[in-house]
Amino acid sequence: MSMLSMTGRMMFLVGAESVDSFMIKPCLKYHLFGQEVYLTTTHVSLVIVTILIMILAICASKKMKNPDEIPGTFQNIIELVVEMLDNMVKGIMGDNARRFVNYLSTIFVFILISNISGLLGLRPPTADYGVTLPLGLITFALIHYNGIKKNKMKHLTNLFQPFALLFPINLIGEIAVPLSLSLRLFGNVMSGTVMMGLLYGLTPIFVQIGIPAALHVYFDIFSGAIQTYVFCMLTMVYVNDKIAD
Amino acid sequence: MSNITNEGLILACSAIGAGLALIAGIGPGIGQGIAAGHAAAAVGRNPGAKSDITSTMLLGQAVAETTGLYGFATAIILIFVAPLLGKL
Repeated sequence: MSMLSMTGRMMFLVGAESVDSFMIKPCLKYHLFGQEVYLTTTHVSLVIVTILIMILAICASKKMKNPDEIPGTFQNIIELVVEMLDNMVKGIMGDNARRFVNYLSTIFVFILISNISGLLGLRPPTADYGVTLPLGLITFALIHYNGIKKNKMKHLTNLFQPFALLFPINLIGEIAVPLSLSLRLFGNVMSGTVMMGLLYGLTPIFVQIGIPAALHVYFDIFSGAIQTYVFCMLTMVYVNDKIAD
Repeated sequence: MSNITNEGLILACSAIGAGLALIAGIGPGIGQGIAAGHAAAAVGRNPGAKSDITSTMLLGQAVAETTGLYGFATAIILIFVAPLLGKL
C-alpha cells in the first residue's frame, strides 16, 4: 500500500524519472468495495511468470507421456531438473520426502523463474513484499500443521520448554521464522533490483555497455538461484525439525 | 538555516538514518567471510565432501545474512516509505 505512494515521493527526492525504474508502479486503477485498488507491475510480471511456467509444464508433461528411448535435449533437461529436485528433498527429509517433494518443487521453480525474470526485462515479482510474505506464511502453516499432526498437544507445550518463563521468547522465535524467510528473499532480490535500477538510471551511457551484463549474472542468476535454494532448504529444515522422529 | 522546512528536515534525517542502518552490513560480511574460509579449509581437508560442505555453508551464510537484511529493509522503508513524515 505504502509502496505505491513511494513513486511520487521518489521522483520528488531524485528529480529524475528514469531512476525509479525499479519501483512498483500502478498500471490500472479500479474500485472495489469503496477502496482504490491497483493492478501493479508485480501483477503483470506474476502473470507472465505463471504463463511461462505453465507452458514449460505442459510441454514437459506432453513430452514425458511418450518419452524417447534415447532422451533428446528437452527430455534430458526435464529429467535432470526433476532428479535434482528429488535428490535435494530426499537429502534433507529422508523418508518423508514423498509428501513434500511436489510442493517444494513447485515453490523452487516458481521462485527461480521469478528471480531470474529480471533478465527478461520484468520487475521480479519476488522484489515485492506482498509476494514473499505469503510464501513465508505458507511455510509457517506447513511447519505448524505438520507439528500438531505429529506431536498433538506436545507441539504447543513445547513453547513452554525448558521452563514456562521462556514462553514469550519461544513465541517470538516461532513468529520470526516466516518474517525472516520472506525478508531474506525480498531483501536479496530487491537489493539486486535497486542496484540495477540505479546503474541504468544514474550512470552515463558508456558505463551501460557490457558492465550491466556481469552485474545481471551476479544479481539475477547467481543471487537468485542461491536465494531460491536457501528458501527451499530452510523450509525443508524447519518442517523436518517438527516431523523428525 | 531558517528556510529548511519541517518536511525537508525529516527527509534529510531519514536519509542519514538509512545510511547508518546499512552499517549492519559489516557483521554479515565478516561472518560470511569466516564461514567461507572455514568451508574452504574443510574442502581442502576432505575434497570428497565438497557438495555437502557447500550446501551447509550456503545455508549458514543465508541465515547469518538475516541481520544485514533487516538493516537493508529499515533503510528501504526509511527512504521510500518515509513513515516519519506522517508524524508531522
